[in-house]
Amino acid sequence: MQLTLENLRERIPYHGALLGFFTLMTSAALIGANLVTLPAIEQAARDDLKVSLLQVLPEGLADNDLLADTLSVVDQGVSRTVYRGRKAGAFSAAVFDYSARGYAGEIKVLIGVDAAGTVMGVRVLKHAETPGLGDKIEVAKADWIRSFEKKSLENLSLPRWAVKKDGGEFDQFAGATITPRAVVKAVKEGLQFYAAHRAEISGEAK
Amino acid sequence: MSGQIQSFSKLFRDGLWDQNVVFAQLLAMCPTMAVTTSGTNGLGMGLATTAVLVVSNMLISAIRDFVSDQVRIPVFVVVIATLVTLVDMSLNAWLHELYKVLGLFIALIVVNCAILGRAEAFAFKNGVIASAVDGLAMGLGFTLALTTMGLVRELIGSGTLFAQASLLLGPAFSFLEVKVIPDYGGVLMMILPPGGFLVLGGLLAVKRLIDQRVAKPACPAPAAHCA
Repeated sequence: MQLTLENLRERIPYHGALLGFFTLMTSAALIGANLVTLPAIEQAARDDLKVSLLQVLPEGLADNDLLADTLSVVDQGVSRTVYRGRKAGAFSAAVFDYSARGYAGEIKVLIGVDAAGTVMGVRVLKHAETPGLGDKIEVAKADWIRSFEKKSLENLSLPRWAVKKDGGEFDQFAGATITPRAVVKAVKEGLQFYAAHRAEISGEAK
Repeated sequence: MSGQIQSFSKLFRDGLWDQNVVFAQLLAMCPTMAVTTSGTNGLGMGLATTAVLVVSNMLISAIRDFVSDQVRIPVFVVVIATLVTLVDMSLNAWLHELYKVLGLFIALIVVNCAILGRAEAFAFKNGVIASAVDGLAMGLGFTLALTTMGLVRELIGSGTLFAQASLLLGPAFSFLEVKVIPDYGGVLMMILPPGGFLVLGGLLAVKRLIDQRVAKPACPAPAAHCA
């Protein structure tokens, strides 16, 4: 029997070698691509974070590089990164992320507060809510997320930190209550987290 | 040469209409139902899939002489999955703005059985150029189907057309965004999965009607090409 490609293709060792070869080549391609793209992807993620940080903190509230002034705060066994804003060296604002369970998985929000704990801005970083319904929490699709601005645990009592259906302050969406409910919960708990760790975050003695 | 051009035009006819991935083959139902909540989403998913389909068809066609029939499916799957991951990584790294809009769709392309279907049904048996044309035609047909479905669901569901198109295509395309019915409450069901099935059923019926209309006058007597 002649060893042509034709009859070689029918042999079992050839099948094994072929599969092995393709897995090896594709793995090599992925490793290579990962090495090449990783710096750019990390840079893009940092740029995104910077843009998000600027969105939740109004201009003029901080004059330092927030990405360079971070603090890890351990709360209920979870370590959270807090970005600290300073104006003329004095602690003026904090930005941190917080999450809650939405309709389809975790919703992650970025919360910016001033030193007193008043919300300066909230943006949704990550979610998998129903397009056209739950995604109105994105600032690109609706202004709803801005309704948190200027609210704090002081000027809005705890029971009012809920959607209107639950007797609270914030609108729900037609057909989607679970999503805004989760976002309100995330922001409320985020503010409670900040209140509990304020001294640690600001670096001031109690 | 003219024969080749003729066969390419047949590939396009097949891809866009006769063998349309969604409306004729009823493949790729998962992304079809999931992303056609708006015209823009359908268009984005369609274009991303087209790009992957062209490249995967060319690759599969190029390696078809070495690949044994017995192990072709795992080889296809590995090649397609790698390709999608490479596209995902490169877009994330170098076209980050586009990635933020399309990111969701790209991972979904892996589960699109139309890509494996074209590898198996066409690219494994045909040359590289023909496979590229087939990928392009099938991809454009898929884009057409998804965009049409998205537009119908969007129009009935939220009263707009191509909402947020400028996020996907750039600010120059903001003219596409139309609010057809002002102060429209929206029909929630059309955005949810049942709406997808209803619209797909309706569009399938429309396609059948058109096909029947076209077939009728051409067939006064039983003829071979009418079968």
